[in-house]
Amino acid sequence: MKILVCIKQVPDTTEVKINPETNTLIREGIDSIINPFDMYAIEEALRLRERFGGEVIAITMGPPQAQGALREAVSLGVDSVIHLCDRKFAGSDTWATSLILARAIEKVGDYDLVICGKQASDGDTAQVGPGIATHLDLPQATYVRKIDTIHLDTQPKILVLERLLEEGYELLELQLPALITVVKEINEPRFPSLRGKMKAKKIQIPTWGNTDLQIREEEIGLKGSPTQVVKVFTPPQKEGGKIFKGEEAESVAQLFEEIKDLL
Amino acid sequence: MSNIKVIQDKCTGCGLCIKACPTGAIRIEKNKAVIDLDKCTLCRACLSTCKFDAIRISEQKEARQDISSYKGVWVFAEQRESNIAPVVFELLAKARELADTLDTYVGAVLLGSNIEDKARDLIQRGAEKVYVVDSPSLQHYIAENYTRAIVSLIKRYKPEIFLAGATTTGRSLVSRIAVNLYTGLTADCTGLDIDREKKILIQTRPAFGGNIMAQIISPNFRPQMATVRHKVMPEAEVDVKRKGEVIKEDCFSSSSEDKRIKFLDFIKETVATVNLAEADIIVSGGRGLKEPANFKLIEELAGVLGAAVGSSRACVDAGWIPYSHQVGQTGRTVCPKIYIACGISGQIQHLVGMQSSGTIIAINKDPDAPIFKVADYGIVGDIFKVVPSLTKLIKEKLNR
Repeated sequence: MKILVCIKQVPDTTEVKINPETNTLIREGIDSIINPFDMYAIEEALRLRERFGGEVIAITMGPPQAQGALREAVSLGVDSVIHLCDRKFAGSDTWATSLILARAIEKVGDYDLVICGKQASDGDTAQVGPGIATHLDLPQATYVRKIDTIHLDTQPKILVLERLLEEGYELLELQLPALITVVKEINEPRFPSLRGKMKAKKIQIPTWGNTDLQIREEEIGLKGSPTQVVKVFTPPQKEGGKIFKGEEAESVAQLFEEIKDLL
Repeated sequence: MSNIKVIQDKCTGCGLCIKACPTGAIRIEKNKAVIDLDKCTLCRACLSTCKFDAIRISEQKEARQDISSYKGVWVFAEQRESNIAPVVFELLAKARELADTLDTYVGAVLLGSNIEDKARDLIQRGAEKVYVVDSPSLQHYIAENYTRAIVSLIKRYKPEIFLAGATTTGRSLVSRIAVNLYTGLTADCTGLDIDREKKILIQTRPAFGGNIMAQIISPNFRPQMATVRHKVMPEAEVDVKRKGEVIKEDCFSSSSEDKRIKFLDFIKETVATVNLAEADIIVSGGRGLKEPANFKLIEELAGVLGAAVGSSRACVDAGWIPYSHQVGQTGRTVCPKIYIACGISGQIQHLVGMQSSGTIIAINKDPDAPIFKVADYGIVGDIFKVVPSLTKLIKEKLNR
């Protein structure tokens, strides 16, 4: 199988602290990591390669520092990586981002499966995966929690999977090539291996700009993005809550008085 | 080519923008902000922080289509097994308000098999026109098929706004539709308003797990599309006297079906007796429970309140409770009217999944636990005493 994994570099929120006075994020000195959901995408791709053979290619779009995420992917075991980097891509919203990733995937070509995390932890949109599928005209399954079976000897190749919903899950059968987005439940990501780390240090990362992808400039970056962010602000902070610190029975009675009308 | 620049005359070198930049792209040199274009992603976090209007991003945009011909506020009437999802009624109330401001109509899009009689429910909640596409191939949600049907409706009737619930279905479907139509889509909105002067939709949504709010517009593309978070807006009231038009569309038949994807089965999960996304009250347990058997304290409290059971990541990772109960960054984002956190310290990853809940109640033995920072009410004490006695009190006083 030839599997492409789309990943994103995001600020590490496990290191994010909240300034208790202003209730805002303290962003200074925060490390960048691979979007946590993309770790499950990488792991699933590696597991499929272990079962069926083939190769795993990780792709990211982002500024030069995003190469760090690709090196981490190599240390986990992906075979090769591609960095999409061009000032012309900056400011792309989910529409333009999914177009750029789709064109890159097309350029790689001859793939069986594209895997993305269900969403990125910074933007939380969950729109880029389905967006790529649409630009490539691929069948999609989002929120995949398990891959049941894959038939690679049929024509076309078939994938059966479980898709997580609010009240349970559904079983879907997809023809390959297809795109899936995965949730945490699907697997437990591995740690980088020593050999992987060595390889990650040495690997030459190919960078593709728009001269490689040849997308019309009206369709990428700020110009190509239908949405515009007009304002970013910190949500109004909560008034100090009522915290009861006395003897437990008394606290419970006090709390009940406060909330009984809500129940 | 650089789209962002610092207006030298206005910049005072105060450094506020440095704190706002999530990618660490700004530094101060000779008392002026300098933006490293290799790091900047044009995310605009700095723009609104700057008190001196010294950072500018140039936009070069014009309308791509004749947008004046687009009228009406549409709602996607999501259904599963012929039941309309409750978030749809919330969308109809919001759509009504937006349509009144814009002086236009409210439409609803209903897709399914033998589904037409549900159109009345939508009319009673305020839809003036219900577009029904009825086909055996639409009985189950398949993104590709639903996209084809809705895209052809939108192209024909040209609504100016299209709203869907931010459910697993809504979020993946509408992404496909927006890309197909080349229009803007904003995910998981918690606020929607109309800019009365420009007559455009202002969409407010949380990012970075709710630590930042962003306002987003799509002024030059139609329809303006948004998915809306469940439980943040009130439901439209039922009024049986309301009249509306049911428009049957045959824009989708089995020949338009995407043969590359097949629905096989839907399996309802029995563990989640109450759906976290739809629950009015959630009682969650954390590591403070010490062992899996103690989740029964949480279940008992949830039982008397008719609440759903949630969990912190720690308990899920330890295998005490299935993943479908996990609230937080890598689990579900929830927004119930009341959220009760028992023995949960409140790591940032948990807080981002529940901090927009209506009323937050925290019970924890550590007075310094971060959960108390977001709590409206809290008890510092032993959960093994507090939770059972709260359950008992509610049972007695409210006859549950």
